[in-house]
Amino acid sequence: MLSYILRRTGLALVITVLAVSLLFVIIHMIPGDPVSTMLGPKASPELRAALEERMGLNEPLLIQIGLFFANMLRGDLGIDVFSNRQVTDIVLGQVPYTLTLILTSIGWSAIIGIALGCYSAANRNSFGDRLTGVLSVSMIAVPAFVVSLYSLLFFAVTLKWFPAIGAGEPGDFGDQLWHLVLPSLAIGLSWVGYIARLVRASMLEIMGEGHVRTARAFGLPERWITYRYALRLAILPTVTVIGVGMGFLLSAAVFTEIVFSRPGLGKLVIDSITTRNYPVVMGSVLFSTLIFVASTTLADIINALLDPRLRSAR
Amino acid sequence: MNKPAKNNSEIVEIFRHLIRDRLGLLGLIIVMLIIGSALFAPLIAPYDPVALNIPDRVQGPSFVHLLGTDQLGRDTFSRVIYGGRVALQVALPTIAGALFLGLVLGMIAGYGPKWLDNLILLFFDTVRSFPTVMFALAVVALVGPSLNTVIFVIMATSIPTYGRVVRTMTLSIKTSEFIMAERSLGASTFRIMSVHILPNVLGPLAVLAAMDIPTVVGLEAGLSFLGMGVKPPTPSWGSLLNDGYSLIRNTPWLIVAGGIPLILITLGFTFLGEALRDVVDPKLRGRGGAK
Amino acid sequence: MPDTNVLDVKNLSVSYSTPRGDLKALRNVSMAIGQKKIVGIVGESGCGKSTLISAIIRLMANNATVHSGEILFHNSNLLDFKEREMRALRGIDISMVFQDPMQTHNPVLTIGQQMIDIQYRDKLSKSKKRQRAAEMLSLVGIPDAQARLNQYPYEFSGGMRQRIAIAMALMAKPDLLIADEPTTALDATLEVQIIKRLEELQEEIGCSILFISHHLGVIAELCDEVVVMYAGEVVEQGSVRDVFHSPAHPYTAALLKCDPGHIKEKTRNLPTIPGEIPDLVDVPAGCIFQDRCSRKVPQCQVKRPLFEAVNEQHSVACHLNNKNADDSDHKEARG
Repeated sequence: MLSYILRRTGLALVITVLAVSLLFVIIHMIPGDPVSTMLGPKASPELRAALEERMGLNEPLLIQIGLFFANMLRGDLGIDVFSNRQVTDIVLGQVPYTLTLILTSIGWSAIIGIALGCYSAANRNSFGDRLTGVLSVSMIAVPAFVVSLYSLLFFAVTLKWFPAIGAGEPGDFGDQLWHLVLPSLAIGLSWVGYIARLVRASMLEIMGEGHVRTARAFGLPERWITYRYALRLAILPTVTVIGVGMGFLLSAAVFTEIVFSRPGLGKLVIDSITTRNYPVVMGSVLFSTLIFVASTTLADIINALLDPRLRSAR
Repeated sequence: MNKPAKNNSEIVEIFRHLIRDRLGLLGLIIVMLIIGSALFAPLIAPYDPVALNIPDRVQGPSFVHLLGTDQLGRDTFSRVIYGGRVALQVALPTIAGALFLGLVLGMIAGYGPKWLDNLILLFFDTVRSFPTVMFALAVVALVGPSLNTVIFVIMATSIPTYGRVVRTMTLSIKTSEFIMAERSLGASTFRIMSVHILPNVLGPLAVLAAMDIPTVVGLEAGLSFLGMGVKPPTPSWGSLLNDGYSLIRNTPWLIVAGGIPLILITLGFTFLGEALRDVVDPKLRGRGGAK
Repeated sequence: MPDTNVLDVKNLSVSYSTPRGDLKALRNVSMAIGQKKIVGIVGESGCGKSTLISAIIRLMANNATVHSGEILFHNSNLLDFKEREMRALRGIDISMVFQDPMQTHNPVLTIGQQMIDIQYRDKLSKSKKRQRAAEMLSLVGIPDAQARLNQYPYEFSGGMRQRIAIAMALMAKPDLLIADEPTTALDATLEVQIIKRLEELQEEIGCSILFISHHLGVIAELCDEVVVMYAGEVVEQGSVRDVFHSPAHPYTAALLKCDPGHIKEKTRNLPTIPGEIPDLVDVPAGCIFQDRCSRKVPQCQVKRPLFEAVNEQHSVACHLNNKNADDSDHKEARG
């Protein structure tokens, strides 16, 4: 198991390095450069030269990438042009908000989605199963930012049941939770339907497999077979999908943070783009990539913990 | 699955199946409606979607303006209809491009030597490790918002989705017995690729593409909503939502009107895609992100 | 006599509802298994073997219906049992070994865990249950049993897994073991080993075995009695000696002819039985085997042959068994 974790983490590191390098290359290929982005087109040549010098943009691409990694390892992603604060500090300050939002969203939707999926599989073709099926498709059909806007309009502006703006008073847990309801509803809703369908499908597949038949032939209680023998296998694709889904979750969080004016990585990026604060944009993108890679890796490791066959594979 | 090629009767068969499948038919109707209204937008839309009409601004839905007007007096209904054009203008080239590149890379990975396969897989994993919206924002930050930026970014991040499916299918077809037999008879790689692998891969890929259209449309709308996509006067569903958001207390109908086509297009393509999948390849059912 | 039987199936009819109509998978099937006897069932795929065993253990597909008949286990009808009562029986009084050893075990639990789980009804300590599991593994010939309990199914070969399946099935010393083609997925040398082991264990435990196979050699080697099934009906049954040496039904005769073990001369073409199994949604009148029978008489198309005794331990459902039928025909059938 340990060797699997090491191998998988190694792969994740390789992918991270490649991803960051690729980001670098793409940015160099794209017409437009960070300096004019930050200073605007009318900046004086001296000012441009000074900034290019400071950001190390005069060096060849490979050296730049190397320097970037060397700095990154020291936790240095550059200095914010406006506040002179470390970009790392600024970004790290926002990461917890986004992570809280994402984890709450996927948490509630996974619990309800798995429960609905199990119910549907156990009562196949019943009225409840059909209803769940229709609801699932409808939930999947609404993009997260549309749910954000609709719930903002309906629950916050019209009915005034929930707050419309911000993440709540710092230190006041109840208030923060209160502010979390609508945003996490918006992000999680489509996941409920998605996970329910996924769990139903894999549950049905697994309940038809030979080992479930064996368990029945030995008279094991049906509930035992469902939750101890089948669900453990049926949950595997869901874990993978959630791991890979972190990319979608991060994207959804950007929209939701903007709609509800919540602090977080998404809001930071958008604000930084409007103020042309280029290093902060890059820092945020980098961190969200790190979170994404970490989550797919974690999903694979959890899968390997649940399924011994995967440990020896690859 | 290993039928050599699709002929006319098979396409007729697919249609017949679609019509029997009620949800599939509903999906087809919705999709046709959206495509039709985008194509014939000038005939359907009662007003010019970008024409300012200050005296009529911020009006609720009425018989004159079916879905009301925005803060500049532009007719919302006309903007929704024209917004479909923008959505498809982004979605179709994006998906066509990603599909083509994914097809080429996937077939090379599946058919080529092991090292090349690994290299391409690593490339796929790398590209997939960017959260799409964040990646898009990084690019927009540099070159500024535009339709082409949106197309480029979404295309780049969708290549692995298609590439992986094509690779897996190519691998399984490559090792199937009838290909082995044909190879032992001296068939060229090009012949095997074009006669056997390509036709077999296209069906499932078309299904995947149909299901992917709403995702791309949603991304375009999302970026436009953030002000990072289509530029202002152009009527995108996303910018419609953005207008509605900034005036949420005054013009709630803008948000409702901008969201509904997004929901419809997702429902339509999902129903259609699932019905098609049942005909083309039932085995694709429940395919998650699992390796 | 019937009182000593462990299992007595009487006139069992089962059908599956399909989009085309009811598929009559079993029609008036009767058979019995005596105490400490090994009874084999032979027949081509689709003959109803699997339906019969899933009916006995009452793990049938959702679209299956029992129309008539009784399944008497120690003289009580299993078809009247409640699901709870049936479950109490499974794995204790009746247990099963399945065809594909690669799919028999749960892939994400250790063998030890699964062997402990099936003892859930016993109020023993976990270490006692574990001990018992290890003993069973040694008994079926798995070396280093204690350590192997901690391994997962994928760490065992197919032959090993089938031995484990047998160990699990015999752990509670059942009265009846149902083995559904347990050696089909294994290669020949393993097959012999498993059969030997099964024979020894049967002797030791004293259970009866219902052994399904389409390998006639295995049936001849292992079983006391044999039941020949064709397209959902029993066509012949009796002691292995009688049935295999003097088959009374043309189908049995043809099966024996096709068995590679029986072919003595070198031949280019293995013999086959021409034709296909009739459509069981629309069962034709008369004898079920008539389409493929090389010796059919006019009566076969009209009347379904009744089961009649050839001798005390041998009976057959064939019009040729009629007393006025020519004796030379029988000799020809034996090949």
